[in-house]
Amino acid sequence: MTADWLLHVAGLAKRYGRGCDYCYTLTGLAAATNECPRCGSLVACAEIGFTLAPGQTLGIVGESGSGKSTVLSCLYGDSEPSAGHAYFRPFADGQRDIFDITPGERRTLRNFQMGIVYQHPHRGLNLRISAGGNVAERLMATEWRRVGDIRERASALLGRMEVPASRMDDLPAFFSGGMQQRVQIAKALANGPTLLLLDELTTGLDVSVQAGVLDLIREIQAASGIAMIIVSHDLGVIRLLAERTIVMKHGRIAEAGLTDQILEDPQHPYTQLLVSSANV
Amino acid sequence: MTAEQQESATPQLTALAGNPEAYNYAFLDEVSKREIRRALLKAVAIPGYQVPFGSREMPIARGWGSGGLQVTLATIGPDDTLKVIDQGTDAGVNAVNIRRLVERTAPGVTTTYNTAEATLIQSRHRFPEEPLRDDQIMVLQVPLPEPLRMVEPRESVTRQLHAEADYTRVWVHLYEDVITNGEISRAAGYPVLVNKRYIMSPSPIPRWDIAKLHQSASLTLLGAGREKRIYAVPPYTDVIPLDFEDYPFRVESFVGKHCARCGATDTYLDEIIIDNGERLYACSDTAHCDERLAAHAGGNA
Repeated sequence: MTADWLLHVAGLAKRYGRGCDYCYTLTGLAAATNECPRCGSLVACAEIGFTLAPGQTLGIVGESGSGKSTVLSCLYGDSEPSAGHAYFRPFADGQRDIFDITPGERRTLRNFQMGIVYQHPHRGLNLRISAGGNVAERLMATEWRRVGDIRERASALLGRMEVPASRMDDLPAFFSGGMQQRVQIAKALANGPTLLLLDELTTGLDVSVQAGVLDLIREIQAASGIAMIIVSHDLGVIRLLAERTIVMKHGRIAEAGLTDQILEDPQHPYTQLLVSSANV
Repeated sequence: MTAEQQESATPQLTALAGNPEAYNYAFLDEVSKREIRRALLKAVAIPGYQVPFGSREMPIARGWGSGGLQVTLATIGPDDTLKVIDQGTDAGVNAVNIRRLVERTAPGVTTTYNTAEATLIQSRHRFPEEPLRDDQIMVLQVPLPEPLRMVEPRESVTRQLHAEADYTRVWVHLYEDVITNGEISRAAGYPVLVNKRYIMSPSPIPRWDIAKLHQSASLTLLGAGREKRIYAVPPYTDVIPLDFEDYPFRVESFVGKHCARCGATDTYLDEIIIDNGERLYACSDTAHCDERLAAHAGGNA
């Protein structure tokens, strides 16, 4: 563990199904599967460990089903990990395992320290309340109680995400996909989190909109010094945004290191395949 | 058919209802009363928390005050004086029927229209205008006890939200209300924070009466028969309506209006549209209005 760290994850595993004693040994890279041949349980991810420095961006790449989104949802607390520990500096000075906290503490952690942007905007947004209301939800969760202040902050955030102020009180259900995604980012950033989790941020957006959203993320990186974990199957996104990268396959880490190193000099056969098949 | 013939042909209600003495004291059997009292004790111990209870089949329809009635019947004793209010008036049909049921099945209980005389007051929609004392109990009939129902349809989730005191969605609801309507427009069931812990739906009383719940000297018991929930506000408990600093909670305003009967300007007024289309206002609390009229008449004589 380095001296200056924000998030430290060790031995994270998530298993679906009834499970047996051999699930973890009979799956993984060597076994070339994430389904336990003995009991049929699915090992979504296992033996995941990494350390994230403050302000650093970590990319997680891998094919669909490789467990990269599971890592994110365990960190955010959307799903409960089957094993592992994670220590997050802003929470109890990194002394307590954030996989072992009460729902109330989890909510405080999410509201004050973490933001998440899901692949599908309907997971992160309530499409039946206004765009401003969605951002306001995060603010009101942290005791903002003046409508004037809430609106000022929400419109500033949305403006930064290039959502026009005139659309602030419209329902995001009527927004385009790219705009919904930008509202989601504004919501995730509302409380000035120290860690932003991005799950397949640009998947499903057309290329020009993708470029705009990626620009925004780069601006946020430069301006706020916020740490990020970016899950993507797009190596272009990873190359552009992430300093360090983890490559996942069959629920395990195939390779981890500096992004440049991984893209220029991949060691693991799967990474080599991934890099050679992508044109980046 | 003459009136007499009709009377003899139509069975009388008293004959149909049977002998009231055949019922247990206060209609409910002792086991039921004990269960309701247990729920009431728990409700008082955890202000604003909705305690589930086995709502009984009552001789009035669910949604007509069966929850309030069960609370009244489980609480009442021969020394009590009961007042029943329906929409502010003691003479409303629902109030009359509930009062008659208690009179018939609970011997010794006296009934009154007078708020000061009452020890137990069952009400729908209104608090009496007169401030209540610490020896009085207010029983409210509640149709929708769950303040989070408007933002979350699943009971399992609302319970979780209450347990974690996660009320953000109620705040978002209020924010959207302000954005859409320029003010918090909720009238009935305005969400309140009880004892700094639970958000509670104070039954469909107007905002005017919600102000009376805060640090009230009397015990307030709320019963929802159809939804099978009992909750309570003990005496001298904080009841704070949710609001924004720049959109504060306001009670209904009757500035420039007065009661057409007693002339009161300090009461909750009902609007009455009369034949020629004009609007009149009259006290919603008719017993209070009558008392003022009587006092005026006495003073003039």
